[in-house]
Amino acid sequence: MTTLQTAQTAPPQAAAARTDAPRRHRSHRKAITAWLFLTPALLVLAAFTLYPMVQAAYLSLTNYNLIRAAEWVGLDNYVELFGDPAFWNAFWNTVYYAAVVTPVTIGLALVLAVFLDRQFAGRAFVRTAIFLPFIVSLGIIAIAWAFLLDPNIGLLSYWLSQVGIVSGQGVLSDPQWAMPAVMFVGVWKNVGFYMVIYLAGLQSIPEDLHEAARLDGANAWQRFRNVTLPLLSNQTLLVSVMALIASLQAFDQIYVMTHGGPFFRTETLVMLIYREGFQELRFGYGAAISWVLLIFVFLLSMIQYGYSQRRQVRY
Amino acid sequence: MTTTVESTAVDRPAASARRRTGPSYLNTHAAWKWLTAIAGIVIALAMLLPIIWMAFTAFKPESDIVAFPPTLWPRELTFEHFVDVWSRIPFARLYLNTIIFAGSVTLISLLFDSMAAYALARLEFSGRGVVLVLILVLLMLPFQVTLIPLYDMLNSIGLTNTLPGMIIPRMTNAFGIFFLRQFFLSLPKDLEEAARMDGASEWRIYWGVIMPLAKPALLTLGLFHFQYNWNDLLWPLIMSADVESATLPAGLALFMGQHVVEYGLLMAGSLLALLPVIAFFLLIQRSFVAGIATTGLK
Repeated sequence: MTTLQTAQTAPPQAAAARTDAPRRHRSHRKAITAWLFLTPALLVLAAFTLYPMVQAAYLSLTNYNLIRAAEWVGLDNYVELFGDPAFWNAFWNTVYYAAVVTPVTIGLALVLAVFLDRQFAGRAFVRTAIFLPFIVSLGIIAIAWAFLLDPNIGLLSYWLSQVGIVSGQGVLSDPQWAMPAVMFVGVWKNVGFYMVIYLAGLQSIPEDLHEAARLDGANAWQRFRNVTLPLLSNQTLLVSVMALIASLQAFDQIYVMTHGGPFFRTETLVMLIYREGFQELRFGYGAAISWVLLIFVFLLSMIQYGYSQRRQVRY
Repeated sequence: MTTTVESTAVDRPAASARRRTGPSYLNTHAAWKWLTAIAGIVIALAMLLPIIWMAFTAFKPESDIVAFPPTLWPRELTFEHFVDVWSRIPFARLYLNTIIFAGSVTLISLLFDSMAAYALARLEFSGRGVVLVLILVLLMLPFQVTLIPLYDMLNSIGLTNTLPGMIIPRMTNAFGIFFLRQFFLSLPKDLEEAARMDGASEWRIYWGVIMPLAKPALLTLGLFHFQYNWNDLLWPLIMSADVESATLPAGLALFMGQHVVEYGLLMAGSLLALLPVIAFFLLIQRSFVAGIATTGLK
């Protein structure tokens, strides 16, 4: 930032410098050095991220399916998509998942952070325990969750039945409960990560602000509502962007626990891309779905970014 | 720091006045502390439930696993699952695949990310803004959109079902570049200016000055890359047609899907699969948590 500003505010000197041949040579050489440093990363990004993204856009306009050569079909895939109940099902499942998991995870992370900001014996252990799910493999730990929820031999199913919550065919085969179950695991997985970000935010709030509010007679809830929460809005923004984007891409625990079922009740967009692309091998159609996901994610992050620019807090 | 120290010093008379209000205050205060600690432990155990369940079940004999009612604590201990897992699943193969995949992606990506980050944070050149915007955009877009063309591309050159095919597209990472750039920007400039005065090349400055200073950030990002790839399910699942060429999460998921679920075996395998990441994390926990806490907040 500062370098940009100095470059803008100092055009006379820069112009003078530019007449200086050896210096120009030096800056030229510097630019070459910079591009050399960037080359490996840019090559990889160009070949394995950027190019495939563009290629996906092209494939989405063809009927390519790995066996048959790509044939141009124009917008047929998108027309089919918007009339396809499986797509709308996956779309609304994804929206449902994100609309529940994002706020619940953030709210819980905030509550846990405020709770764990207090001093008490064993605090470090509790923090580590809450953070641990974030670093273990969701695909692997979901096997344990599926087992815990097994209707016959699962411990959690048994505990739930002891308190009167019984699902005969098991939570994961129950069209009503399968989605809440995979949502629950999604929240469980990420809440510790956002909690850590909130904890850092809490620790950066100057203590005298709370002290001043206390002297003014604000109670604990008022101090939280009017001092803590506004000062955490940078963290809230960061966390909500990350949580939203992550929940729109939900896949791992769904693949392991329900495989999109029962009756496609937990099939999200990424699950649908996987099914159409890699099980039905409909590459063109799968690419079209993935582009819809891309645009969806991009729009949402842009909206959130624009919103955030207006309410950044500095202190 | 100083402000907090000062404010507590100023507060002391007030605090001691509060403390003088009598033993009942002290009692409720202590009771609160105990309640908080107990609530904390309960939350911690609830969060750890699947891991605890996994660990205990891995030591239960099959008869205990299917017994009703299920119990957390094993009624009998056995090591058979830890023996069987190596023969029933190509577990050693999966393990080796995962180590090679996650290990090489981590090392190569740390190198490429940090080189790009160095150029973006420390070198002036025209086009820098464009590159930065590109990286931010790539950071925002969901990678799933690349899966089909990437698979197609790697398939056409015979790299599907191979480790290089899995590794090569992950040799750098937009998030890693951005993360390290932010860190490099926060480093003081005087050391590298001194080195530059002495005529050190940019490579020397990058490798000899910046990289040693960036150790905590590199460790944090290293764990990020390592756990992300060690844990990843979708990419290895797509890239491997069978259990043999998969990594642990994909291999275990494939095994779970193909067989009548043998939970004892799966839990033993899962436990072994989680251990390296947990160990790595506990080892560098302090700098890792400090690192993510400040990510993107500058």
